[in-house]
Amino acid sequence: MILVRSLAGKPWVWSFLGALVVWLATIAFTGGYGAGGMVTAALSLAVFTVIVGVGQMFVITLGPGNVDLSLPANIGLASAVAMKVMAGSDSMIVVGLLAALACGAAIGAVNYLLIWALRIPPIIATLSASFIIQSIDISYGRGLQIKPPPGFADFTNWQILGIPVLAVLTVLFTIGAAIALQRMIYGRSVLAIGQNIRAAWLAGVNVGRIRFLTYTLSGTLGGIDGALLAGYFRGANVDIGNEYLLASIAVVVIGGTSVAGGKANVPGVWGAALFLVLLLTMLNTFGVSAGVRLLLTGLIIVGVITAAGGEKAVR
Amino acid sequence: MPEGNADIIRLNGAEKHFGAVRALGGVDFHVRPGECVGLVGHNGAGKSTLMHMVAGTLTPDSGKIGVHGGIEDNYSVSRAQKLGIRCVFQELSLCPNLSVAENTRINHASLSGLGWRRKAAALITAKLDEIFPDHGISAWDIVGDLSIGRRQMVEVARAFTVTQDRLDLVILDEPTSSLDAHTAGQLLAFVRRFIAGGKSCILISHVLGEVLRNADRIVVMRDGKVVVADAANAFDRDRLVTAMGGAEARQKIAAEIAAAKPAAGPLRVRARPAAQKDGADLVARAGEIIGLAGLAGHGQTDLLLAIFAAASRARTGIEVTAPVALVAGDRQSDGIFPQWSIAENIGIRSLARLRNGLLISPRREAELAQFWQKKIGIRTPDMNNNIFSLSGGNQQKALFARALGSDAQIVLMDDPMRGVDIGTKLEVYDLVREEAGRGRTFLWYTTETEELDNCDHVYVFKNGRIVANLGRDELTEEKIIQSSFGDAA
Repeated sequence: MILVRSLAGKPWVWSFLGALVVWLATIAFTGGYGAGGMVTAALSLAVFTVIVGVGQMFVITLGPGNVDLSLPANIGLASAVAMKVMAGSDSMIVVGLLAALACGAAIGAVNYLLIWALRIPPIIATLSASFIIQSIDISYGRGLQIKPPPGFADFTNWQILGIPVLAVLTVLFTIGAAIALQRMIYGRSVLAIGQNIRAAWLAGVNVGRIRFLTYTLSGTLGGIDGALLAGYFRGANVDIGNEYLLASIAVVVIGGTSVAGGKANVPGVWGAALFLVLLLTMLNTFGVSAGVRLLLTGLIIVGVITAAGGEKAVR
Repeated sequence: MPEGNADIIRLNGAEKHFGAVRALGGVDFHVRPGECVGLVGHNGAGKSTLMHMVAGTLTPDSGKIGVHGGIEDNYSVSRAQKLGIRCVFQELSLCPNLSVAENTRINHASLSGLGWRRKAAALITAKLDEIFPDHGISAWDIVGDLSIGRRQMVEVARAFTVTQDRLDLVILDEPTSSLDAHTAGQLLAFVRRFIAGGKSCILISHVLGEVLRNADRIVVMRDGKVVVADAANAFDRDRLVTAMGGAEARQKIAAEIAAAKPAAGPLRVRARPAAQKDGADLVARAGEIIGLAGLAGHGQTDLLLAIFAAASRARTGIEVTAPVALVAGDRQSDGIFPQWSIAENIGIRSLARLRNGLLISPRREAELAQFWQKKIGIRTPDMNNNIFSLSGGNQQKALFARALGSDAQIVLMDDPMRGVDIGTKLEVYDLVREEAGRGRTFLWYTTETEELDNCDHVYVFKNGRIVANLGRDELTEEKIIQSSFGDAA
């Protein structure tokens, strides 16, 4: 009972609850058929949303106006960079991953440079950066689909007893991210800046450095995500990251992170990512059209923000 | 005039409270036709509250308002406007996105129909020409693009424009604060002409000479009350200053501490305000409590922020030799993290010391919070409660705990006792003196003169510059007021 009550106080519980309800609804519809396979598929796909979602979460937590809209373009370019560097050879996998990380980190750093040096609002800075990144990607990748080395493709699709290995690794990564958020100076500083940037500066927080690190972190995570996506879907292309613009923001919000900044949680990103993937599966199973699917996703996000806002007003 | 020689406005026994703070305690005030009333007093003496009542923007909790001899029961801004009472407030009230002419139209509903912009432009331009010849302002200028001085000129001129409503009394609250000597002279000359025409003015100014030269009668306020009201020629500068400051001797808590003071320690801060033209700078040594005095907003906070910034990145003109922490006065915008507990709010300045390896240790954070809860007396059952569960005074104590619990050897205080009850104040004063005894340096900006008794040394600020440097033995309220009202400096 105490456990239930303390769980109900956590904002991320609802996203997991939502995922569970959607899953149950789907297997009730199919009469229990494919229940396990659905979880495996959901885990495999949720991983990519979780990785960029965590980066986006740290950025959004920096406070109103902070958002990284360059993630889709970043993912696209990093996937091309990784595949080109790997050049289909298993021996180059690590180098390719490092190249994707470096590419993403550079994009994040440039984003912050635009915000800081030119004093452009983050929304505009990351959006305009994404156009530039996309152009680079088109001329660099020449619109061709570049194949991953077989070893890398196998690794990203590797499962043990129906559990994707990539999902396990991502769980470990998110545990690290949660610790960084709650227990490290970096995370505390991000939360402080998100609540009151001036008070954070006056309390001795190095605001510029923390914001730089956060945008760079978001970019880096976008980079690694691009490489992993190219492996999983067996090929890099310009559009590979497109759906992660909406998804990365949606999982942060549905997961219980405050859009107003200063309040964040990592488990919610997982719950929300699973929820979104399972919702898609459910609607597909029900045979709903693509238009209705998007409509429902939008309505759910609006509903969650309204519910979260209402909770604040009570306090 | 049917009202004959009746007062333009008369307030009897006006009282106003804001929460527990008494802003006005039973004030009688009146203005006769054809006189200029000078109103002087310290920050927070109640001048602005009184003027808000005259202008109709505030209603008194008790007391009566009469205009032109008739009692007004539902006095309001629009009623004041009809009765010919206008006000130029200190906070400029023009809309920055509109042109000068459009701003003029806001006060004159009768400027309507096609071509209202042209009519408004003609009206304001004529008045500007009359008050400030060669003003160089076009009626089509967007207000936001004008300098602060020109905005003030427009604001003043607008108050004197007349269309259908009558105009009997204009309140000028610090009308010259953003004007240079030349335009200020033009304005005051115009005011004299306005008075000579049988109209009235209330002139509020911190430049005492201005009031002495231009007012017919001077009203002095202190602590929400009128302390003296007399003909202007019955005053001289010294009498005004004495009346404002309160001549009664105050008990000095400081004497025995001064005696026990150790010799000056090593230099901690040397800073020169950006606007300082002469060689004066602020010097603070280890173990000293340095006061920053003067009227509010004359560069004290700016200098504190510059010193704070200089601690992390070198700046010219400022030397800082030890870690710095700041206690904010404006808690909500500069201090509090609203989502966090009391303990987290205290710990944020000391995160590096609370670490155990890479991670912040919850145990050490709790210990730090508990230590300061005891030491400074934060009244709460649990330091893990949200910071807003505390009263204002206790929130301020938490901010003190944040600064004093840190490694900072220099503590900057930005008028931190605003809106804090007297009990909390006394506790914090003791703590500040105790910490100074241990070698910490305090730079203390305060708008409350009594607090300066805790200081070893006081720098008085005016217009962003240090205008006086008073040692403890020279420290009297009169001296501080003299310096901060100095006309020439």
